[in-house]
Amino acid sequence: MSELALAGRVVELVRSAAGPLAEAEVVVSHVAEALTRFANSAIHQNVADATTTVRLRLHHDGRTASGSTTRTDADGLQALVERTIAAARLTPPDTSWPGLTPPTALHPYEELDEATARATPEERAARVREFVAAAGGLETAGFCRTNYASAAFANTAGQAVEGRFAEAAMDGIGRANGADGVARLASGRLADIDGAVLGARAAAKARAGGQPIELPPGRYEVVLEPDAVADVLANMAAFGFNGKSFAQRQSFAELGAQQFDSAVTLLDEPIGGPGAPAPDLPFDTEGTPRASLTLVAEGTTVGITHDRSSAAQVGAVSTGHGSPASRGWGPYGTHLRLAPGPATPVGDATAGPTAESSRALVANMERGLLITDFWYTRVLDQKSLVITGLTRNGVWLVENGEVTAAVSNMRFTQSYPQALGPGTVLGIGGEAIMLPDRWSGVRYVAPAVHLTSWNLTGNASG
Amino acid sequence: MSGNHFDEACTAVQAALDAGARYADARVMLRRSEAMSARDGDIEDVSSVESAGIGVRALVGSSWGFYAVPDLSDSAARAAGRRAAQIAAASAMVPGPAIDLVPTGAGEAEWASPCEIDPLSVSLSTKGDLLVAATGAAKAAGADLAEGLLQVWDTRKWFVSSDGHRIDQHIRECGGGVWASAFGDGEIQRRSWPSHRGQYGTRGWELVDGLDLVENAPRMAEEARQLLTAPLCPSGETTLVLGDEQLALQIHESVGHAIELDRILGWEAAFAGTSWLDLDQLGTLRYGSDLMNITIDPTIPGALGSFGYDDEGTPAVKRDAVRNGRWVGVLAGRDSAAVAGLDYAGSVRADGWARLPMVRMTNVGLEPGPHTLDEIIAATDDGVFMDINRSWSIDDRRLNFQFGCEIGYEIKNGKRGRMLRNPTYTGIGPKFWRSMDMLSSEIVSWGTPNCGKGQPAQIGHTGHPAAPARFTNVRVGVRG
Repeated sequence: MSELALAGRVVELVRSAAGPLAEAEVVVSHVAEALTRFANSAIHQNVADATTTVRLRLHHDGRTASGSTTRTDADGLQALVERTIAAARLTPPDTSWPGLTPPTALHPYEELDEATARATPEERAARVREFVAAAGGLETAGFCRTNYASAAFANTAGQAVEGRFAEAAMDGIGRANGADGVARLASGRLADIDGAVLGARAAAKARAGGQPIELPPGRYEVVLEPDAVADVLANMAAFGFNGKSFAQRQSFAELGAQQFDSAVTLLDEPIGGPGAPAPDLPFDTEGTPRASLTLVAEGTTVGITHDRSSAAQVGAVSTGHGSPASRGWGPYGTHLRLAPGPATPVGDATAGPTAESSRALVANMERGLLITDFWYTRVLDQKSLVITGLTRNGVWLVENGEVTAAVSNMRFTQSYPQALGPGTVLGIGGEAIMLPDRWSGVRYVAPAVHLTSWNLTGNASG
Repeated sequence: MSGNHFDEACTAVQAALDAGARYADARVMLRRSEAMSARDGDIEDVSSVESAGIGVRALVGSSWGFYAVPDLSDSAARAAGRRAAQIAAASAMVPGPAIDLVPTGAGEAEWASPCEIDPLSVSLSTKGDLLVAATGAAKAAGADLAEGLLQVWDTRKWFVSSDGHRIDQHIRECGGGVWASAFGDGEIQRRSWPSHRGQYGTRGWELVDGLDLVENAPRMAEEARQLLTAPLCPSGETTLVLGDEQLALQIHESVGHAIELDRILGWEAAFAGTSWLDLDQLGTLRYGSDLMNITIDPTIPGALGSFGYDDEGTPAVKRDAVRNGRWVGVLAGRDSAAVAGLDYAGSVRADGWARLPMVRMTNVGLEPGPHTLDEIIAATDDGVFMDINRSWSIDDRRLNFQFGCEIGYEIKNGKRGRMLRNPTYTGIGPKFWRSMDMLSSEIVSWGTPNCGKGQPAQIGHTGHPAAPARFTNVRVGVRG
């Protein structure tokens, strides 16, 4: 039975068990995840699973409950419907139920790559082998991943949609004399992932990271490479442009206000297209069609990500950011793209520590730090979005436009929107890199960014 | 689903062996979970999850493969076993060194966590009434935002291995908490009860009954509002007294993860990170002061990291990780222990049937010290008390940390003084632990229900016995 047929079957079960007035929405998703992981230059974990999950959200007699199951036989579906109806009956009234998505056509979206959807463990292992070989004897670690998903949505209001996506990613480090260098790439096509190129890139960074000096804490001019920029985008999306945070006045975002430098244009692009992150399903868990959404246009905040609940709270409409967690955690962008600056000559992609997107920016920096990546970033103050975290996978001192020394990792404590505020962006790289999610499920397309100031609050000594 | 599922697990293991594996294991798991959240006196979300499936691990030569499906039919179990072996064979395209598995004392067993009141038997209306009352009480007491959460997990596992394991476990977990926020001019202050994530354990609903959520919610709202106008935590080096809840997270981040053997061996180097610990120093390295005694103890009744057997079939055993300040033990699995030349495992678990078992914390925590919190404060002339975590960050070697807490107090001349807002502290793990000069006997086993690790991502449930303690010359008041 197809996912759409399965979703329709659950809608019918709800109607027959709870009557015609019950409102129900059903998502059926089949996800095949496969991830080949390597460490110490050998594959040490190699996993795959193929799981179909049925999720039901029900609003009945003014009360709401949801449930999910991996049991898709008749007994499993019947049990899901019965326990969700029973749960709804026992719960207190839901005064903020936002209603169902009416029948709405999907926006045109990028078709998946069938070869990626059918990728084998051998194809992933081959890329790992290339990565390891290209690192030229350095210790390596990382993963090569392929994902395929096929899903459908149906509700009692008549919305019925389906879609598929495939995604591939590789993320690895080379390790030399205590220094790590990283290279990451995501794509909708596994064929775009070249393990040799990434392995060489990671190794070049690692080799340039040896014998680091320790710098005192303080404010430094910085070039953030795409991996570090991705962290900035993820935190701003999760806490700033999040519709629930916005509705509850916990966000910095002010619609119509020039909150960022005019060089900053930020979008959420979940359904693919030129320059966009690898596409996702073309609808959210409430059945709302996904579409490109501009969050910041030339420095002005113009968009907030909403599901039906947060939208109802502020008199807006859903932007297609519903998820199983969005009613609790809030709806946030998961396919973020920071618009790149003017294109610049790239040169040798595997030479030295500087990524292609950073080279022109580094050349313009009189004295500052080139930062590859951020790690373990956490919110200290949500309203101003002050974040603490650490640098990772390579930091270098830049003097007169040249990298002059590797620097040991440092801790920072920095307001992200303030760092990108008006007058703070000295440049944005011309090449944006498609990067995989790391933990939160957020995908990115990010260039490097040159900023006037970043607040480094600690070094390796404390 | 009813009855046991050893047959399906046996089928999968045999299929993996037939396909070339020299070792295989399989876990059939049925997990039912329930979550309810509330905001400002209204229920916000109620959800229940039922997840059932089989995960198979196969070792071909020196290479592992893992495959999982939600189908428990005989044919699906057989196919999963074959597929796990095929994936292991692909791993051999980039092979590592020879792998052995330390013995576990294989056998047949069953185990269940202690439970007086089945959490799933408590009606949703009872749970809803509790959350509505708790968040309503916080709102009435002045919270701009009052939130509450209750969670329940009920897990059955049937584990079979080609070494002869047949283990049936039933683990019930639950917990929850209430949060009150006050909004100021460009600032938000939050207070949490009983901790920043709530409290969780492998116990029945009696755990939640004992949290007194409604009774404590108004005080959380009042303190959140007081924090808006409290003075900032001063910046500088001082004597720091930590409450037991914050110290539990300090242990989790700066000890628990650091002693994970997979990290020490570099198996997590590209993501979760490595460890500052070097196996050559096991048994000799001074981790902390003589007061520092940390155990790895999955046998603590009711603690969140407790079980009868880990997900490799190793029986739960209490071990030392740090004894009198010296590092003496690690969290290990059967393969990582063999690589490291150790003779014990027992700390491997998976987040459900669809995830690969990996080294995870169990209950990692402090043994009690000789003091009380009152004695510690009375013995402190000048310092800061902090408790209830607000933020946490630590580097990929588990050395350089920075924590923020919800609330702080001045300590002057042996007395607790003014409330302080936005307290933070930072340091380097071993230097910090070596400065611990007073430790309370008032141990609480805090549960951490959201420990992230692994790729694909896994969420682990861990426990951390902790008590208030004092640290000297700590840098506090770090700000952006």
